[in-house]
Amino acid sequence: MSTATDQPVAVDDITPSRSVSEQARLRWQRIRAGDVGSLPIILGVLVLVVIFQILNQNFLTPRNFVNLVVQMAGITTIAIGVVFVLLLGEIDLSIGYVSAVAAVFMTLRLRPPGGWPWPLAVATALAVVCLIGIGQGLIITRFKLPSFVVTLAGLMVWNGVVLLMIGGGGTVVIQDKTIIGLANYFLPKAMGWLVVIGGVVLFAIGRIQSWRSNRTQGVTTSPLIFMVATIFVVALAGAAVVYVANQDRGVPFVGIFLIVLLVGFTFLAERTRFGRYVYAIGGNAEAARRAGINVSRIRVYVFMISSLMAGMGGIVLSSRLRSVDTAAGGGDLLLNSIAAAVIGGTSLFGGSGRVISAFLGALVIATVNNGMGLLGLSAGVKFVITGLVLLTAVLVDAITRQGRQQSGLA
Amino acid sequence: MAEEPILFLQSVSKRFGAVEALTDVDFEVRPGEVMALVGDNGAGKSTLIKGIAGIYPFDGGQMFWEGKPVKIHGPRDVAPLGIEIVYQDLALADNLDVVANMFLGRERISSFRRLNEAEMEKECSETLKSLSVTTVRSVRQAVAELSGGQRQAIAVAKAVMWNSKVVILDEPTAALGVAQTRQVLDLVRRLADRGLGVVIISHNLHDVFEVADRITVLRLGRRVAVLKSSETNQQEVVHAITAGKLDTVPGMVVQ
Repeated sequence: MSTATDQPVAVDDITPSRSVSEQARLRWQRIRAGDVGSLPIILGVLVLVVIFQILNQNFLTPRNFVNLVVQMAGITTIAIGVVFVLLLGEIDLSIGYVSAVAAVFMTLRLRPPGGWPWPLAVATALAVVCLIGIGQGLIITRFKLPSFVVTLAGLMVWNGVVLLMIGGGGTVVIQDKTIIGLANYFLPKAMGWLVVIGGVVLFAIGRIQSWRSNRTQGVTTSPLIFMVATIFVVALAGAAVVYVANQDRGVPFVGIFLIVLLVGFTFLAERTRFGRYVYAIGGNAEAARRAGINVSRIRVYVFMISSLMAGMGGIVLSSRLRSVDTAAGGGDLLLNSIAAAVIGGTSLFGGSGRVISAFLGALVIATVNNGMGLLGLSAGVKFVITGLVLLTAVLVDAITRQGRQQSGLA
Repeated sequence: MAEEPILFLQSVSKRFGAVEALTDVDFEVRPGEVMALVGDNGAGKSTLIKGIAGIYPFDGGQMFWEGKPVKIHGPRDVAPLGIEIVYQDLALADNLDVVANMFLGRERISSFRRLNEAEMEKECSETLKSLSVTTVRSVRQAVAELSGGQRQAIAVAKAVMWNSKVVILDEPTAALGVAQTRQVLDLVRRLADRGLGVVIISHNLHDVFEVADRITVLRLGRRVAVLKSSETNQQEVVHAITAGKLDTVPGMVVQ
């Protein structure tokens, strides 16, 4: 324990708003101590982008950028659910085939004659996978079984169910324009601008309000200039994305879908009691139990969220392919989804991670796949590289964690 | 110091199969006093505390709270009375910050079911300030970043934040260095000065004499002595712990 921590500093000495230099110093201190946040992964993506661009001039084009967004949508959606499960320190191996259950169920219900309207088909499919998640969660909590085994059984069962539902080994085409549009519709150029402006304005209002309410309640806040800078950076990034996408087909609808999911689930994780309890259980389940938290119920809800997000991701993936077949939910989908959450910085040991890590990790995986696809490399090379990226991500995390421990930050 | 005990256990007993863990033990704590509970390993200290905490029921005897008989059916009955227990493992979530730990399970909510972080942070700072816990640099630090003494202070502050009237501390100084022990003992004293009844379990008689007003000695599941720390010394207490019998202990408060 560092001696600095034991220096008596009165709590009331903290000024309501830190100065810019103080804030910058705090930030730099934490980085030097190994609390690097999303920094390594953003650097990693930049390195990958530079390498792929040098190897193939087609990588950094508007067309490929739009492709990338569409390619990463499914995995990102599923990985959001994985983040919640990992926060508890649990695992869910069933998500791959649960995603297929939702996609196949929905596709079969949409099939004429007598096809259901798409909202009903989607809602029923998602309700079905929610029940799957609740069921798995109840088995895990009631009988105190490891989630690894229960969801491994789920993996096999739902794989079987997918085969049984499709039958005959065929491919079923999605016969609904709206569902196809989920991953294949691009916003008209003006609409893209409208959406990004609206989003940035909402973001700015939210930031300013929380800053002001903190300020009036006399709570420590970061300096005003940092808030303004954050809003500015977000606006700039949004404008760049829309500009680039509009050079090609426009902003993919599924990109907006992803942002809504990320914002919604970040809110759930960081601004609500439920999210607080998920982190608490992942950090110290016994402490959570003694605090009167119904630990089992939270666990069941998390497995429900995991299945729900898998189901949504499955629908996104099937929309992109415009069909489902017997291979749905198989292959590297499960492992890529878990790898995305981990590469993004969510710990496998529970209690540490953020929803945004689903997005960052999926971005890395999609970038690797996309870049190597452009280079015409074989599947074998792809797997090797993805594996090495995963290994690098956890190594960086382990090394920075050692730094955190040495400086008493972990 | 008030004369009426706020918490009074009358001849409570507890058996685990053939083992008699507690036999007709009386125990009391008054508002504004620090009552130490000492005894060798297996003397029944933990059994007594767990009985009060509602982790298991006593087999015999009666518990009185503020003069009225009460029945504890489980751990959930204890906090509403105003009894908080700080276990040795502190039950803090390392990955959460000080504010989140202090309010765990009782978070404040504002509109749209959002956590009211500002209000919680403010109240947390005020509680720490009122207890003169001044070593915590920022209430937004993760608990993992705190020293052992600071963690203990947070766990105690968490316990007294909810208008509790009796706080039971299980070995609060066991893992601490000299300076940190000092801080925690000062904090314990301040709790009693605020009118709380404080029960402190400790193996460290030096600490006990530093902070306690009275000392209850258990030996082999029986209460062998209740001593005023101003009227006794360490040797007497050690004797009571190791060889105590009701009639051989000097300074004994005769009922």
